[in-house]
Amino acid sequence: MSRPDASAAHPPHRHGDKPVTSLLSILRKPWLWAFIAAGAAFVATAAVTQAGGWGLGMTALTFAAFSVLVGIGQMFVITLGPGNVDLSIPATMTLAGTLALKAMAGDPAMIPVGLAIALASGLAVGVVNYGLIRLLSIPPIIATLSASFLIQSAAIWSNRGLRVKPPQALADFATGRALGVPNVAVVALLVAVLAWVVLERALAGRRVLAIGQNMRAARLAGVPVDAVRFATYVSCAVLAGLAGFLLASFSGGAALNMGAEYLLMSIAVVVIGGSSIAGGNSNVPGIWGASLFMFLIVSMLNSYGAGAGVRMILTGVIIIAIVAAAGGRKVSR
Amino acid sequence: MSDQTDTTPVVALENARKLFGAVRALDGVTLAIAPGECLGLVGHNGAGKSTLVNLVNGGLNLTEGTIRLGAGTASPETSIAAARAAGVRCVFQELSLCPNLTVTENVRIPHRGLTGRGWRRRARAIVAEKLAEIFPGHAIDPGAAVGALSIAERQMVEIAIAFSVFDEPPRLVILDEPTSSLDAGLAEQLLAHVRRFCAAGGAVIFISHMLGEILDIASRIVVMKDGRITEERARGGFDRQGLVDAMGHVAAEGAEDPRAAARSLEGAEVVISTPGGLTARRGEIVGLAGLGGHGQAEALEQICLARSSSWKGTRSPKVAFVAGDRARDGLFPIWSILRNATLSRLPALTRRGLVDRAAEEEMAAEWRRRIGIRTDDMDNPILSLSGGNQQKVLFARALGTSAPVVLMDDPMRGVDVGTKRDVYDMIRAEAAGGRTFIWYSTETEEVCQCDRVYVFRLGRIAAELTGAEITEENILAASFEMEAAE
Repeated sequence: MSRPDASAAHPPHRHGDKPVTSLLSILRKPWLWAFIAAGAAFVATAAVTQAGGWGLGMTALTFAAFSVLVGIGQMFVITLGPGNVDLSIPATMTLAGTLALKAMAGDPAMIPVGLAIALASGLAVGVVNYGLIRLLSIPPIIATLSASFLIQSAAIWSNRGLRVKPPQALADFATGRALGVPNVAVVALLVAVLAWVVLERALAGRRVLAIGQNMRAARLAGVPVDAVRFATYVSCAVLAGLAGFLLASFSGGAALNMGAEYLLMSIAVVVIGGSSIAGGNSNVPGIWGASLFMFLIVSMLNSYGAGAGVRMILTGVIIIAIVAAAGGRKVSR
Repeated sequence: MSDQTDTTPVVALENARKLFGAVRALDGVTLAIAPGECLGLVGHNGAGKSTLVNLVNGGLNLTEGTIRLGAGTASPETSIAAARAAGVRCVFQELSLCPNLTVTENVRIPHRGLTGRGWRRRARAIVAEKLAEIFPGHAIDPGAAVGALSIAERQMVEIAIAFSVFDEPPRLVILDEPTSSLDAGLAEQLLAHVRRFCAAGGAVIFISHMLGEILDIASRIVVMKDGRITEERARGGFDRQGLVDAMGHVAAEGAEDPRAAARSLEGAEVVISTPGGLTARRGEIVGLAGLGGHGQAEALEQICLARSSSWKGTRSPKVAFVAGDRARDGLFPIWSILRNATLSRLPALTRRGLVDRAAEEEMAAEWRRRIGIRTDDMDNPILSLSGGNQQKVLFARALGTSAPVVLMDDPMRGVDVGTKRDVYDMIRAEAAGGRTFIWYSTETEEVCQCDRVYVFRLGRIAAELTGAEITEENILAASFEMEAAE
């Protein structure tokens, strides 16, 4: 028999709030492993690639940026506690990209309208998702999965096989760099900083963390549980909309399967980044580390000439190893 | 049961020390428990009682000193398996059954030997027999999921499992606050069983903050303070006052009637009025009494949910809630003490959406001092605290808000006498300042602190008692009234 809250079973330990222990506290950070792994994959790839370290780094930042945008949204949803996950991210990306590009029709003057449409479609998806979860009491995994069929159908219906090109100025922005850093990476970095502030410093983030640990206690302590969960699902969908808008602009047009790889990616970067899949305990830096890692691991296997099958198997094995190694570090919570 | 002539101690601790970092949880304890003995263990929250229990049951290893189980050799090493093999059983204050399993299936968890075909049938027979023996007339179905049982029923099941005889008969049963969620009738049944068990040669360590029970049942009383045994006397060596003094709290036991002059609040504004007929006035302390599980907790929950929104947060909540079932209704287990304490107050400590962390720390420091949370750092994890100190954090969370109404769901379970008195005083002072308290309690002493009491029976209010009418006899009478009328 073990006792859940005996003082004896949980020796008090101090957090790293003293200078002496600050190094130790960094070593205990759950996101450290994602960055170590990304660094290792970077070194291994840069050693054999022709493009050189700088080129590889910039490419990694570009592609990681899209994973970061959807990963942050997914992280907040997963933080809400067991059972919370948004499976409609790929469909939302597709819908947002499709509608926005169609509305802009290649006209640079319409770029703000296109962006607004992309974000609004994300907003609508978020409202529908939480409506299904709350009003019909459907588990989030089912609600967002079924919603994604509706969303995907809406995208197909509005697209009708057309491939609209983004306005040239927007395409230039999405593929361009400012001071050598990819623009999309700058956008993702700004979003990440904002997400960090919300999670670590804002009342809203504190409430998300509380709900993830004990929803009933949060409600009784006066946390507006429904409002917080609603806002979280909506934010996740809006971020997916933004990611879809940028990805469609980046790749020269929206495609119906453009979001497909971001379903597992969004969940993988949360887990590899050291956030707890059980909720209540998350971190933003890990999303960046894990997103870079997920891109670099594929680059590494490519540059060593691994075939598609071997690549997928090794990717899976490496992810499991990272999660196992990071998981062992989280005992102290 | 063990051989009656055997006088070898069931467990003997020699100069036992247990350190957690810099905290001396147990600081040199020498204690032997003989067969047939009922050892009463008292002390404040954080005095080291739980640590002592965890050493005896093998859950923790000693930092220094030795432990000897039965006729074995004295050793600094111990284990849960060794303790179980020596017949040590434990009933925890925080219930430790698996809520998703049935009563029968829970029996299997401590009793590894229950295997093979038909183990459910055997387990069911054993637990049903023991339940009937200890709590005659109980209504627990061994096939029911534990999650569907009331907190009192879960405690009864856990007690029955601990006393059951499987491959190893129990030689020492540790009861940590066993009666805190039982009503008077069930508590009396348990005490009777403990007497029978000890008379047959079994040993019991009985931990309780209800001093009357300790004085009644224990053949020897041990007082702990700051990780040491400060006093130890045989039965009759202590009276109630002596025991309170020995525990060494500044707040001495009050006069016979702890109730302040009954206050008349007839003219005060009514702040709560429910469809169920419950009303409360400004500055009033309203008690909810009756047998456990008769709708008091549900009434509190309804008041709380009806007067707070799940869509709109607010700086000035209408109600604040103090949970009694801490793990289910109160604690955020990953968080620090500080974050647990400040959550309800947080909207008022927020500027432009961002938490003012200096103000938050200030509030935590103030409440640590006011309510005496025993920790060296409010950034420590909440689970590093003892149960009673966790409860204080939940009090701080609720009292720290500006809410005019505070709802308390039997919040004193496992809280020591000294802290209780401090909290009573705090509640009185807050009520005098205009705050309303609605207080469900299973302890008559607490109900007597109230200005007015509703007695619940079968989910409804069966009686309303005011002032001098609030007595144990009247409450018990009202609790059983309808049954008599049927």
